Amino acid sequence: MNVNVQFREEENRIYGIIEGEIDTFTAPILRDELDIISIKENMNIELDLSKVTYMDSTGLGVFVAFYKKVLKENANLKLVRLSGRLARLFEITGLSELMDIETDKKVEPANECI
Amino acid sequence: MKELKVQYEKVLSDYLLNQNESNLYIGQNLVRELMRSNVSPEDLVSIHKQSMENIVPNLPESVSNSFDFLIEVMVHFGLKLKEHQSLLLKQEEIRIEMEIAAKIQNLLLETKIPKPNGLDIGMVSVPVRKMNGDYVHFMHDDGNYFSVAVTDVVGKGVPAALCMSMVKYGLDTLEYANNNPSYVLEVLNRIIEKSVDDSMFVSMFYGRYDLENDIFTFGSAGHEPALYYNSKDQTFSDLDSKGLLLGVLPEIKYSQKDIHLSENDFIILITDGVTEFRNMDNFDSRAYIKRLAKSLSHLSAQEMCNKIFENLNKLHNFQLADDFTIVTIKKY
Repeated sequence: MNVNVQFREEENRIYGIIEGEIDTFTAPILRDELDIISIKENMNIELDLSKVTYMDSTGLGVFVAFYKKVLKENANLKLVRLSGRLARLFEITGLSELMDIETDKKVEPANECI
Repeated sequence: MKELKVQYEKVLSDYLLNQNESNLYIGQNLVRELMRSNVSPEDLVSIHKQSMENIVPNLPESVSNSFDFLIEVMVHFGLKLKEHQSLLLKQEEIRIEMEIAAKIQNLLLETKIPKPNGLDIGMVSVPVRKMNGDYVHFMHDDGNYFSVAVTDVVGKGVPAALCMSMVKYGLDTLEYANNNPSYVLEVLNRIIEKSVDDSMFVSMFYGRYDLENDIFTFGSAGHEPALYYNSKDQTFSDLDSKGLLLGVLPEIKYSQKDIHLSENDFIILITDGVTEFRNMDNFDSRAYIKRLAKSLSHLSAQEMCNKIFENLNKLHNFQLADDFTIVTIKKY
């Protein structure tokens, strides 16, 4: 069980790919990784969750905290390529109404096989 | 100590004369004795050196020196061992404190299942660790209303337990069971948003039952939808009501919905520990619970909860991954 984040930064845009499982044990690692990003005003941050194979509510906590931080800095956060399972988590908790979330039908089959 | 030294020399000299299993075994037992007397690794090497000098006449100087060298090296092992022992002691202290805290939490958050007229209520709530991150709050003030709140704090253990106490007192201050679910959720959201850090929040399903008209009014703050079984049509429907988790943003509005219950209808309230199966991606746990509940609908509400828990616990190989809470409300 581990989580891994890789960032690509271009001018005012950051694209991060998160890989692995996000649970009680790995959530603090993810939080630290996200804390490294220096958020500038009007920056667009996109996090790709297509390689997240599992996430529980502690993982949601990390994204909510990060979302609030981004909002404070007047920047934008978008979560992209969520599997159906992850998208449901954001939907039930009402977070999908609040945050910018994009699901990706294409990633679902790959995830379901694991 | 002196006695142990003498014993060690005796056991060692026996072994040097005859290297058999039984002499080795005596040596192992003696080491346990030495550890109990807190003899450090470097002390033991020192005892070994003295014993060798006594047993073997004219012990080569190089061997003697090698023991001095080993004593120096072992000092560091000794320090590590001490560190380890003090950690064990600390761990034991923390364990005792945790146990006390868990007892206090259980006392504070004890839930008594009310018995309103016309309703049969059952519940099972099992924590995965010592402290439960799920909480069920009932209110029945002898009037015409009965209310239930099922909550789940994100996170586990002590922080979750502390947050839960806050939720309980928030609910207690509302006092009466006839409040609108949307109002209750709005009040609690304000309390939690103000006092908890950014990554901590609570999901809640709140329902109010009008005992006179058999109307169940419910609202949800990011909680797993409850299940409603219509016994006449023999169908289930999800009681979902959109709403954000408590504690994320201030001034959030919540909606509520009504349903009417007839005889033998029932409602099942759950937390995500009931539906979440980590390693079974294609498993539709809600459909499974519906099938199971339908087959158990002749039982009492409590028996239904017990059976559902038994079945799901078995599916989890008796190792729950998350706090598990299920409440069943049956109309009779």
